[in-house]
Amino acid sequence: MVSRRNFLIGGAALPFLSYINLADTVFAATPKDILVVAQQLDNMTSLDPHEGFEAVGGEMINNMYQTLVRANSDNPNEVTPVVAASWEADADNKVFTFKLADVKFASGAAVTADDVAFSLQRAIKMNKSPAFIINQFGFTPENVEARIVAKDEKTVTLTTETPTAISFLLFCLSANIGAIVEKKTVLENEVNGDLGNAWLQKNSAGSGSFKLQSWKASESIALTLNENGPYKGNLKRVIIRHVVDPSSQMLMLQKGDVDIARDLTSEQLKVLQSDENVVLVRKQIASLMLVSLNQNNANLAKPQVWEAVKWALDYEGMQKNIIPLTHAVHQSMEPAGFPGTVTDTPFKKDVEKAKALMAEADLADGFDITMDHYSAQPYPDLAQAIQANLGEIGIRVKLQSAENRQVLTKMRARQHEMALSAWGTDYFDPNSNAEVFCINKDNSDDAKKKPFAWRSSFKNDELTAKAEAARDEKDPAKRLELYEALQRDFMHNSPFAVMFQNTKTAACRKNVSGFQLGVLSNGNTYLETNKA
Amino acid sequence: MNRRFKSLAATLSSVLLTLFGLTVLTFLIGRVMPVDPVIAAVGDNAPEDVILRARAEMGLDQPIPVQFLHYLYQLAHGDFGMSVLTKNPVATDIVRFFPATFELATAALLLAALIGIPLGVWAAVRQGTFTDQAIRVVCLAGHSVPVFMLSLISLLIFYSWLDIAPGPGRQDIIYDGMIDTVTGILTIDTLIAGDFGAFWDALAHMAQPVIILAYFSMAYIARMTRAFMIDALKGEYVITARAKGLSLTTVIWGHAFPTVAVQLVTVMALTYAGLLEGAVVTETVFSWPGIGQYLTVSLMNADMNPVVGTTLLIGIIYVGLNLIADILYRVLDPRVQ
Repeated sequence: MVSRRNFLIGGAALPFLSYINLADTVFAATPKDILVVAQQLDNMTSLDPHEGFEAVGGEMINNMYQTLVRANSDNPNEVTPVVAASWEADADNKVFTFKLADVKFASGAAVTADDVAFSLQRAIKMNKSPAFIINQFGFTPENVEARIVAKDEKTVTLTTETPTAISFLLFCLSANIGAIVEKKTVLENEVNGDLGNAWLQKNSAGSGSFKLQSWKASESIALTLNENGPYKGNLKRVIIRHVVDPSSQMLMLQKGDVDIARDLTSEQLKVLQSDENVVLVRKQIASLMLVSLNQNNANLAKPQVWEAVKWALDYEGMQKNIIPLTHAVHQSMEPAGFPGTVTDTPFKKDVEKAKALMAEADLADGFDITMDHYSAQPYPDLAQAIQANLGEIGIRVKLQSAENRQVLTKMRARQHEMALSAWGTDYFDPNSNAEVFCINKDNSDDAKKKPFAWRSSFKNDELTAKAEAARDEKDPAKRLELYEALQRDFMHNSPFAVMFQNTKTAACRKNVSGFQLGVLSNGNTYLETNKA
Repeated sequence: MNRRFKSLAATLSSVLLTLFGLTVLTFLIGRVMPVDPVIAAVGDNAPEDVILRARAEMGLDQPIPVQFLHYLYQLAHGDFGMSVLTKNPVATDIVRFFPATFELATAALLLAALIGIPLGVWAAVRQGTFTDQAIRVVCLAGHSVPVFMLSLISLLIFYSWLDIAPGPGRQDIIYDGMIDTVTGILTIDTLIAGDFGAFWDALAHMAQPVIILAYFSMAYIARMTRAFMIDALKGEYVITARAKGLSLTTVIWGHAFPTVAVQLVTVMALTYAGLLEGAVVTETVFSWPGIGQYLTVSLMNADMNPVVGTTLLIGIIYVGLNLIADILYRVLDPRVQ
């Protein structure tokens, strides 16, 4: 007969038995042909390449689909052929002909010109968030079937509205919106004329290294090898586990339960720098941190104040003391790693110069202002540093912290005065950022286009003209020269103080090699990843 | 009969009114919060025409009363709407996420009750002694130590250093995709599948979050049990029972405890409801795909259909558990009848 006391003690001890008995069964190292990644997956909305427009989804899509060309990580001024073997432009730079390479979909079917034309047409017809990247060449749902045409089994032509630099078109086609999907599979899963959108959100039909096995939102994504794809390493599966907490990611990495941890904090990376079992893969990504000055505010509308703010900030000090491993000082509107990016950093902390500029603006006594900033670190620490720096030249900053979407919503409503926020570039061409920072033709509240410059009520016709001229320049080399000049102009003549560029780090176990991070998330690839 | 019917009608009206109030409140909060749900859905960089189209597709271009009536119409048809993030109907998501929380909460409550009640009784019986003080300190720690800290310390010691517990997640990677979902409760599904390796694996993954959640619940249960028992032990019927020469065990468990059990029903119901609404921090640290994490992620991304749907679910749980507690009251305490 079990006594009541023994029964209670036994009951209490029961859960602990699971620790003791199961140690041998559950803690096996990850298999060599399965790569396990710990990553925050909580803002992913779609795996349809013609719809997904956020970083994590973009990365997954890049590993399941191929584009005609992709950005070259070693030489950003060039592109690398993928599905396209070659390309040429006609004399007017309006008709672009692509010859296809021998590439196969995961189903085993060959990628044909019909698939390519269908894919690009689909992107235009669906007109989801990223469609603007290619519809800026004049493609519309009405004309796209006439302008993107499969000439034969292996030849596709694209006819743009106006003469276009081939480099501009190629860079845009390297974005995920240019991904090639298998027409037959997609149309077999079409519902109510959605061009397979609902199905492709949770399935794949591409020719990339892997295919989608499952996506369990807020839990995991499982990719399996595409036997017909370009991947030649030893992985059969890649499992990305949704691990929110960076501390949990770190423990799992150190224990070998995951092979790569993607979202570690600065402090954790510092520790891992000296860990011989871990290799850190680092890459500057196309995400800039900047201070925006809303031109609706009379004080902030003075060009001398723009310059004074830029000369008052201690870029080096903030970078070294607050964000040494996650950001680098960067002052151009184009991110490093992009074609034609200027890496000059002309602004250094110079309080006297900044004060003189304030006096020149008749603001020697300074003024009071509010600065909104994201509540997640490192923004609060940086905001405090900026507050201290600006305080030295008389600008008394009141900080207002909020969740990042809240700050963005406020900026979109032009309700901020100053804002410390981030901007992520959309596609691999200088026009991507030049357009949002420089081209604002209608500054009215109900403007049809509301680029980043509009949010801070910044309209400069000269910069707009220069950005358009650079965009439309047909000679690739001259085009980059124009962008370089534009960036220098923007640095001095805009109410945006670009301060830092984000650096992403993936912490990999030492038996993992070849994982690559790209300057854009669609450059993050397992294509050359191996596990020893 | 008529009185019972009236009582039932009054209870049902109260429940429906509570849920309606909850729906109105959550819906309004979702619509007036300073985050644009459309931006959350299509991204900050989306062109203006896409934003306008998405706003219309989501019905957010309509006046708030129209939006609310539309939502009520959907609810009346059992439709909680779609989640922007997961691209699933909210009901489907709840069916997927809730069992994970249910599994965790139920195990934690059972463990907490199994330890907390005897501990509370013991402390009451030994009131003022070292044992009592020690139990109170343990319970106080349960209330005051932040759950994320305890979770991380647990992972560090049992998972990282001692290597006797699995890491975060609901199951090991080798079982990923191997078990068909039947109930959503992994320990049961693995048994249905007849995969005992997966069953033990699921059980092992539960151990840490369950123990941590149980500790926090246990602290509350033990504290309340102690307080109730101290009162009960002062009762004349207890003194009488002792005077009759009954053993201490019989006096405590046979005479004092049954009177405490009635009050404990409310404590247990509230504790269980608290656990079922999702232990967000525990679920985050242990990467447990439960309802708390679903709610938090949805809220952070301004995905309001899941937020309203999940809040309603939590409301229903609270109301349901209160009803059960009421019924148990009537069963356990004849005076209430």
